[in-house]
Amino acid sequence: MQIEKDGPDRIVVVGYIIVIGFIILLLRLWQLQILQGDEFRRISESNRLRVINVQAPRGIIFDRNGIPLVKNTPYFIASVIPGEFDGSNVEALSKILDIPSEEISGKISIKKQSPFTTVRIKKRLSFREVSVIEARRTDFPGLIIEIAVSRDYIYGKTGAHAIGYLGKLTPGQLENPEYKDLPRHAFIGQWGVEKYFDKTLRGISGQKIFEVDALGREIRLIQEKPPVKGDDITLSLDIELQKEGEKSFEGLTGALVALQPETGEILGLVSSPSFDPNKFANGISYADWTAITRQKNMPMLNRALQSQYPPGSTFKIITAIAALEEGIIDTTTKKYCNGRMNYGKWNYNCWKKKGHGSVNLHRALVESCDVYFYEVGRQLGIDKIYEYALKFGLGRETGILLGGERKGLIPNTRWKMATKNAPWFLGETIISSIGQGYVSTTPIQMAVMMSAITNGGTIYRPVIIKGMKPVPLGKIDLKPGTLEIIRDSLLGVVEEPDGTGQAAKSAITTIGGKTGTAQVVGARQQYSGNSKKIPEKYRDHAWFIAFAPGEKAEIALSVFVEHGGHGGSTAAPIAKRVIEAYMLRKAKQEESTDVQN
Amino acid sequence: MFRIDRTLIRNFDWLIFFTVIAISLIGILTIFSATRQPMESTQSPFYIKQIIWLLLGVLGLIVFVSFDYIWLSRISVPMYIAGLIFLLIVLISGKTGMGAQRWIGVGPISFQPSEFFKLIFIIMISRHFSSVQEPIGIMSLLRIFFVFVFLPFMLLVKQPDLGTGLVIIIIFIALSLTRGLQKKALILTVIIGFVSMPFLGNLMWERLEDYQKSRLIAFVEPGVDPSGIGYHIKQSKVAIGSGEFSGKGFLKGTQGPFRFLPEKHTDFIFAVFAEEWGFIGSLFLLSLYFLLIMRGLDTARKAKDDFGKILALGITFMFSIYFFVNVGMTLGIMPVVGIPLPFFSYGGTALLSNYISLGVLINIRTRRFALFY
Repeated sequence: MQIEKDGPDRIVVVGYIIVIGFIILLLRLWQLQILQGDEFRRISESNRLRVINVQAPRGIIFDRNGIPLVKNTPYFIASVIPGEFDGSNVEALSKILDIPSEEISGKISIKKQSPFTTVRIKKRLSFREVSVIEARRTDFPGLIIEIAVSRDYIYGKTGAHAIGYLGKLTPGQLENPEYKDLPRHAFIGQWGVEKYFDKTLRGISGQKIFEVDALGREIRLIQEKPPVKGDDITLSLDIELQKEGEKSFEGLTGALVALQPETGEILGLVSSPSFDPNKFANGISYADWTAITRQKNMPMLNRALQSQYPPGSTFKIITAIAALEEGIIDTTTKKYCNGRMNYGKWNYNCWKKKGHGSVNLHRALVESCDVYFYEVGRQLGIDKIYEYALKFGLGRETGILLGGERKGLIPNTRWKMATKNAPWFLGETIISSIGQGYVSTTPIQMAVMMSAITNGGTIYRPVIIKGMKPVPLGKIDLKPGTLEIIRDSLLGVVEEPDGTGQAAKSAITTIGGKTGTAQVVGARQQYSGNSKKIPEKYRDHAWFIAFAPGEKAEIALSVFVEHGGHGGSTAAPIAKRVIEAYMLRKAKQEESTDVQN
Repeated sequence: MFRIDRTLIRNFDWLIFFTVIAISLIGILTIFSATRQPMESTQSPFYIKQIIWLLLGVLGLIVFVSFDYIWLSRISVPMYIAGLIFLLIVLISGKTGMGAQRWIGVGPISFQPSEFFKLIFIIMISRHFSSVQEPIGIMSLLRIFFVFVFLPFMLLVKQPDLGTGLVIIIIFIALSLTRGLQKKALILTVIIGFVSMPFLGNLMWERLEDYQKSRLIAFVEPGVDPSGIGYHIKQSKVAIGSGEFSGKGFLKGTQGPFRFLPEKHTDFIFAVFAEEWGFIGSLFLLSLYFLLIMRGLDTARKAKDDFGKILALGITFMFSIYFFVNVGMTLGIMPVVGIPLPFFSYGGTALLSNYISLGVLINIRTRRFALFY
């Protein structure tokens, strides 16, 4: 191949090559800017803008008298921007914050994604620490003080089951569209009122849209939507009553529910043992969590709603009402109790071995005669008892808006056939009529039942918020006088010398009530005699349901003590304490309003 | 030697001059936009410095138009030796920037000798190519290669300034091919080229700094390091692509000022421009460069002697290589070799040396008539 001599022609070739080069560049520009332009425009926008959610201040929870139960406390956090922080300052910083320097350098080096994402070094700085840092700010470039808000539960364990606590969004909740507007690390209500009224309390989080640079630094605020504070909530709880209730349960396991009979408002809701929601509210440590969940007496269980036990003799009220309504007995009908009732080859004992003698309804309730109700129950049949128990709200949820409520169980013939595939035995009716056997109820159901007896027979849904329109779930249609007969007898239980609930007798108000003792199956035969000698796990469960004052009830409550022994001795004094605390407080309030007027 | 008269002004290549001035002014606006970020703390803004360097550049251009370019051939040997000495000084006591020693300080100013060396190199090669018979034989080629290419190449690679090193090799090859090689020399060049490629590649790889290695890796495998060099290429494509047809508008670009783009006012400035001015603006800017390069080739064709022809060609090649590699890099179709966009990127020494080179080019065109004097 002969290389041509003349230069100019080669220069023309070079020119063509240059033209081809330009065409390639233009085609590439066309591809990037015209064909893929939209896509790249979108990427550049998401590069540039950062949306920051600003959490709204959470609503405050008050008790029924306007006493705040929670507060939002701002606190200071020492944070470091690793990209601006001088590593040689770690030692000095460790001295100020009293944290090992390895911990600080460890925290700083973990976050690799962006050197301008702040790393929290120490939360809840003391005032002294904040002032030292502020004074020496220029010595520590990249060290900043951030402000966060913690949810503090002023009364700690008191009312914890009702008030609840906040916790981090769980992985499941992150998927839930309801929470999609919240920042990923948001705390939301995870228990109690905090959970079930979270939407009300939460408010609407605001938004800040920043223009950021590649290092993630905020350059300019483009748009701001301020957060809207969450609504405050006034609970129906009376914190003084609640405190007294929990104090009465010290060392005991059990529950107490106090209701306002005319509205269904919950005045007190005790589940013992309780827990400290402050440990949860700002992120619980793993050690604390396992310590709480592994405790044998399960503090996280809301016993007021979730424990179901045989109601024992408190159930005799249902049997009595059913018998009065069905015309099986009247106030004069007498039964003879010699300490036991024979049925076939079985013996059914009265708790009083030597028997009550000849008793009418009033005496049977006051002295809690078992044989009287064995007899009446036998005549009624289980399906009639079932009917009346259901009317009084037993065996079904009360509908309270705090989760995890259990239904309890009221048996009938159909139920037994369906679940046990066996016919109903009369012996089962006999023990059911005194609230043993298959019958089981929750403390809150018993409080609702007690309320209905004092308010003329209306079942209200228990509510935890004050001032809401009462929600009647049903009005029980009874013969005139039936409830008066029962109330009169219940007053006798406490007031009369032979009453089983004398321990609840108060000097300041009249109290009516009914004791109950739920047998722990299989214990009776082994341990007879003095109940104190029986090991705790075989001891009976103690019930007491009560109302006060006698003339016109303002408070109805149920007390349940696990393995508390006899209802009259363990549960009744608790009811008395709580009722007295409530009445004294009311009297004081009325007095002070009188003075103001 | 220095004479500016009416003939000179009449024959002065105003077209190429104003084309390049236009490029530089657009460049200054783009530097202003790219570095406008308020958080940036600079003593005096980049665009002000660039304006000062532009004025110096125009002054340099006038100086290098005013004398007959034949003088460049006459003083080429001492210039070349001085150039080599400067490169050595850089190696011994240079300032480090971006992991490479390229700068030497003269009083308050620091400059990059390698920027000026390119022009000296082209002058030297032109002188020798114009003195040997064409087509060039094997022996002349090897001699020129070893004395004038290999030696400075090794000095440049040692700095390390791989970009400039490669540019002088490419200019040498392009000039040889355009000049014309004997059949044997051509075949030998091709064979040696192919045989030595892996060897040279390996040798160079060993000598590369980490940042240079990562650039090459990122070009071959952009997915390997998304926040390293591959990230740069990606952000550059995002900037250019997001300009779409008509651009986001002047001072409306975000990729550059918000630091998503690296080297936003130097190597990646084309991306900043394309983001704000879109396809239309890019088309206009590329047209200016097209005009510059075509005019350069035309100057080579019309030069009155071989020295002028080869010199004009060499300078045009230099502009072209820088232009194509830089724009190709921002578009993601060339590896990231840290070289600026001529007349446009921020950088004082480069701007001055480019204006001086342009001055030489205009000089050749102005004196294209043999009977000028």
